[in-house]
Amino acid sequence: MTPELGQLALILAMLLALAQSVLPLVGAWRGNRALMAVARPAAAGQAVFVAMAFGILAWAFLRFDFSVQYVADNSNLALPWYYRIAAVWGAHEGSLLLWILILNVWTVALAAFSQKLPEVFASRVIAVMGLIAVGFLAFIIFTSNPFGRLLPMPGDGADLNPVLQDPGMTFHPPMLYMGYVGFSVAFAFSIAALLGGELEQAWVRWARPWTNVAWAFLTCGIVAGSWWAYAELGWGGWWFWDPVENASFMPWLVGVALIHAQAVTEKRGSLRAWTILLSIFAFSLSLLGTFLVRSGVLTSVHAFASDPRRGVFILAFLTIVVGGSLLLYALRAPKVLGGKPFKVVSRETALLISNLMFAVAAAMVLLGTLFPLIGDALNLGRISVGPPYFGFLFPLLMLPVVLLLPFGPFLRWGKGDAPVLKQLLLRAGIAAAACAIVAAFFVDGQPKAIAGVAALVWLTVGVLLYALKRWREMPRGRRYPAEMAGMLLAHLGVGVFVAGVLLSESLSVTRDVRMAPGETQHIGNYDFRFDGVHHTTGPNWTADQGVVTVTRNGSETTVMHPQKRTYPRGQVQTESAVDAGVTRDLYVALGEPMDANDIEGAWALRLYYKPFIRWIWAGGLLMMLGGLVCATDKRFRIKRSAKAEAGAEAADGLQIQETRA
Amino acid sequence: MSRLLPFIGFMLLVGLFGFGIWWNTQHDPNAIPSPLLDKPAPTFNLPQLYEPTRMVSKADLLGKPYLLNVFASWCIECGVEHPVLTAEGPTLGVQLVGYNYKDAPDDAKGWLAKHGNPYDLLIADEPGHTAIDFGVYGAPESFLIDAKGVIRYKHIGPLTPDVVAKELKPAIAAMLKEAP
Repeated sequence: MTPELGQLALILAMLLALAQSVLPLVGAWRGNRALMAVARPAAAGQAVFVAMAFGILAWAFLRFDFSVQYVADNSNLALPWYYRIAAVWGAHEGSLLLWILILNVWTVALAAFSQKLPEVFASRVIAVMGLIAVGFLAFIIFTSNPFGRLLPMPGDGADLNPVLQDPGMTFHPPMLYMGYVGFSVAFAFSIAALLGGELEQAWVRWARPWTNVAWAFLTCGIVAGSWWAYAELGWGGWWFWDPVENASFMPWLVGVALIHAQAVTEKRGSLRAWTILLSIFAFSLSLLGTFLVRSGVLTSVHAFASDPRRGVFILAFLTIVVGGSLLLYALRAPKVLGGKPFKVVSRETALLISNLMFAVAAAMVLLGTLFPLIGDALNLGRISVGPPYFGFLFPLLMLPVVLLLPFGPFLRWGKGDAPVLKQLLLRAGIAAAACAIVAAFFVDGQPKAIAGVAALVWLTVGVLLYALKRWREMPRGRRYPAEMAGMLLAHLGVGVFVAGVLLSESLSVTRDVRMAPGETQHIGNYDFRFDGVHHTTGPNWTADQGVVTVTRNGSETTVMHPQKRTYPRGQVQTESAVDAGVTRDLYVALGEPMDANDIEGAWALRLYYKPFIRWIWAGGLLMMLGGLVCATDKRFRIKRSAKAEAGAEAADGLQIQETRA
Repeated sequence: MSRLLPFIGFMLLVGLFGFGIWWNTQHDPNAIPSPLLDKPAPTFNLPQLYEPTRMVSKADLLGKPYLLNVFASWCIECGVEHPVLTAEGPTLGVQLVGYNYKDAPDDAKGWLAKHGNPYDLLIADEPGHTAIDFGVYGAPESFLIDAKGVIRYKHIGPLTPDVVAKELKPAIAAMLKEAP
């Protein structure tokens, strides 16, 4: 009985979402306050029903209700409870439900915190969120019902894909979705602004923390996914330019551009149309990611179900949402233009350049991802572009970003002065060159590694010099407001990330070896001694577990236990052993026994020494932290009187001028 | 006009995606067309697994259709396929020829002793050279070869009950109807 209640809850949620979108839009158009007032209660009601549906599905997993097809397909009696919860979003239908739940979380937050926005504008924003919800609810109800029954009920279910039975995987999708869906707020803002034909700088200011938080979540999701691929897949890589990875990376890149464009629009009023366009793109690419993963248009290692009916539905939805918004943009964008002019040497120019680089990078990734499809369409045969394409073009596009990043904060709005830049160039440049020369001796002259050290020093010194400048020139308490601190953190993160990528890529050592018990391999100052393999069991798997003792100069560093797990349905899954460290990771993956009947004999092993790989994720986490810190700035909390605030801002050296005031 | 550009660009994308969906309904995305289909099978001369001194050639097998199943003891998917072959093999109406691929003979024999032997005849290609002529790029693969030595059907990956019922059996029926 209960699963049918879940289905009913979804239908009711969709009806409420319809009310939440249509009535306030009509109300805002006609100036009818009663209709506009429907937005918030309808959003709350929708959230209640969606939460109910989600809870019912989770409950079905917890009590092993295998009469529900989705539960039977994705869990079994041996699956521990925490993975049964994670199994809720382990396949297509449930992950869609999670998407909708998160959309509702954002909508409710939006409804709660938008009380001070003008009513017409706020109700339009909530209505646009409602429209998105209608589309997704219709998708789940008509094509992907998670509550479908399976009769007769099987005694036990299949299993959650063992690849997903990993802590990293349980929270990777929710984080990613928080990011994807979070961009819907900026999107709804832009659509509401286009509908109303006006865009107050104060509204953009209000929207900024939402974008920052969404982007921070997306960063966190991508980092978690990358870490999971590294730890779980046993290939030792952290990024593969796989279509599904790209699907999350494109909104991230546009998100970076959007965050910076919003800053310009909010403070100077310029780049309005560009900000609006970017927020449409960021959310469109999030939708596109969903589309690419689920429609079967592109085949990928982790694509979900490919059902042409679903593909057609999402494509239609995508066409309405994205096509509609871009059309609206084409018609209405001239109405919201404005802002102050700026000189060539100015912070605006710097931000615009970074914006363009990130937008072009996103387009480059999109092109590469869609290339196989283009090949099919133009009858060029089966083509796919892989790491050589991305690995060449992406660093090329990011090079100017890394080179110019330290200059950005030193530039003033409107018109910057060149001498400051020369001084910075001299100081940071000399520091970077000196460190690179020293580093060259430690890394055997590897050009990539030297570049990594130089980039790290260049960016770090650049950021610290700016921090120092603030410290000297600003009065106490005004030196590092949250917005500023967040920016510094995120930019430091870029340096740490770039250094991690370049150093680990150039200095890593990989060795595929056959090892008999007692044998030793020497890799990067470490001795890996293979001490044989034995059987072990876990909650729902059995495994061959290897023991590898690592010593350095005779003293024991660690004992590693790589596993090769067999799950109840016969799926085999490698669990690599990783010894993490600040300057290096040691990584062992268990291959195959040389003789299948003698697991105590020799095995094929894969050993890695990966210097500084952790810096990649540390850099990502710093960027995430920067995004979150930024969002806490008091300045973003809206006040009724925009003019009073503008006065206070001017004292901070930031000249705010409300163009509409 | 320039403000319409994003919209126009997006509509081109939509066209591309629409094409992609249509294309995928027409094509199996995993299918790699085999140039060998409906062509004579490559000639081979391989030892039997259990009697390595006795060679089996393509000519020896002419006259009767058979299903050539490429397998190996090291191949995990073959273990998935094996029960299906054991159950469905006798109902196919053609000989089942096991093609042991890049495998140590003792490993193969041990594996067959453990899991059972559904094959009517077993040949071994330990170095894997002949498999290159067949275009084998991984085990398991299966080739349906008719009485004249022509490849009539090919399946890459494990034979599942579904594949047997929907693809293999119809292919066998079509073949037998043509040349009883």
